[in-house]
Amino acid sequence: MKVLVPVKRVIDYNVKARVKADQSGVDLANVKMSMNPFCEIAVEEAVRLKEKGVATEVVIVSIGPVQAQETIRTALAMGGDRGILIQSDTDLEPLAVAKLLKAVAEEEKADLVLMGKQAIDGDNNAVGQMLSALLGWPQATFAAKLEVAGAKATVTREVDGGVQTVEVSIPAVITADLRLNEPRYASLPNIMKAKKKEIATKTTGDYAVDVAPRLKVLKVTEPAKRSAGIKVENAAELVNKLKTEAGVL
Amino acid sequence: MAVLVVADNDNAHLRDTTNKTVTAALALSGDVDVLVMGSGAKAVADAAARIAGVRKVLLAESADLGHGVAEVQAATVEGLMGGYDAVLIPATSGGKNFAPRIAAHLDVAPISEIVEVVDANTFVRPIYAGNALETIQSSDAKKVITVRPTAFKAAADGGSASVETATAGGNDGGARFVSEEMVKSDRPELTAAKIIVSGGRAMGSAEEFHNVIEPLADKLGAAVGASRAAVDAGYAPNDYQVGQTGKVVAPALYIAIGISGAIQHLAGMKDSKVIVAINKDADAPIFQVADYGIVGDYKTVVPELMAALG
Repeated sequence: MKVLVPVKRVIDYNVKARVKADQSGVDLANVKMSMNPFCEIAVEEAVRLKEKGVATEVVIVSIGPVQAQETIRTALAMGGDRGILIQSDTDLEPLAVAKLLKAVAEEEKADLVLMGKQAIDGDNNAVGQMLSALLGWPQATFAAKLEVAGAKATVTREVDGGVQTVEVSIPAVITADLRLNEPRYASLPNIMKAKKKEIATKTTGDYAVDVAPRLKVLKVTEPAKRSAGIKVENAAELVNKLKTEAGVL
Repeated sequence: MAVLVVADNDNAHLRDTTNKTVTAALALSGDVDVLVMGSGAKAVADAAARIAGVRKVLLAESADLGHGVAEVQAATVEGLMGGYDAVLIPATSGGKNFAPRIAAHLDVAPISEIVEVVDANTFVRPIYAGNALETIQSSDAKKVITVRPTAFKAAADGGSASVETATAGGNDGGARFVSEEMVKSDRPELTAAKIIVSGGRAMGSAEEFHNVIEPLADKLGAAVGASRAAVDAGYAPNDYQVGQTGKVVAPALYIAIGISGAIQHLAGMKDSKVIVAINKDADAPIFQVADYGIVGDYKTVVPELMAALG
């Protein structure tokens, strides 16, 4: 079984995004970039499927600038077999990304697409569902547990108020939630080995796909700042303030 | 223009996230219909018909819709989109599960988690965990939009719309519902609660979380929340998590106990009306957003708070 894992290079999880003064976007110059955390979880799950003998090959694909190669290398160091970089200097919208991934999934004859539920930059939470719809493959989003047996995958999903278990036939698209696993750190020998693994470089033009944007970003602004309030001495004073001043009790 | 709102429901009750989404829809157009998808969900449709400003309610029912099978939910909406210019869906885990499928099939860009309607084509949505807001303009003829419920006021009751039957979408058999385990609780739901009491990593154990946070929540009739750190440490269940990767809440009162205030947590609660922080570290970032802070050990402050509440 071949598993395709799309990964995205995004601002590091621990870095606070700062809006550019001209409101044209978020300032990414000289900011630490890393693999999107949900993508990392998807890579880990795919590698575990390979270690269990369920997956035969784990192919990593990223759409982004030339530096996204580093993100692919990270995934290869975790245990991916080879990579595909679709170079794009503009940040593509989810619809365009889903269309490109559809083309790759078909070209690669993938059996499973395992990907993060959302990227922490655009926060769209859309590509997996859209890819599933375009491919006509079933989806299982927000996976907290995955078991693959034969031509079926049983997925426990995180939903509001609890968990839900669904069964999907393979091929399928599965998106990872936070608690699916804890991604490994790549070992030094594996990082060295990953340097020799193949990364094919393509451009969006290599695929017969319309990637033109449908949304125009008019401006990017900073949210209204919440100002710090006051410190109170004790619980009695707090309750008093909540009752009389804030009126919330 | 005509707008369709998809109701958030559990087959028995209409959630007020629906009312909030109706408010967003009414900012777009006066012609707002509500689609209720479920199984045995007539009471939900009747409740939706009472929302002021709703033109009519469509009720589509099937076993798959009752279980929230995304493929079937999306197909049901797609079957109706010939008559609408936009569909607005509450950005809950259920709504986010199927909304993008509709956009893919309509070949339009999904517009995710809007917090403001500027005009019929222009919307504001948070990006980077709420650290930035982008104003985007859509060039698509039809729009598929998810709405962050906490950003809109709930539309009140007062209407008497008619309820009509709509056709449920088909299932090609690729996805099958197996089972569901919902956390049973007498407390209000996190996203709907007026008051939330949240605990962080400082609790130190699941037992302590249970003994400290829950009695205070029950005394206040509040929902219980937790930081990601507390959830990851196993002190609280997953669905308690408030934050960028958990639930986004905006209650009238949010009480953060032993929560330092990581960016990811603040993203999920900074729109609360009043924030109270109890933390023994006076430099904890949570105090920068708190209206009222108590610097002290929760082990002494919480019992005092319980006593002060009477």
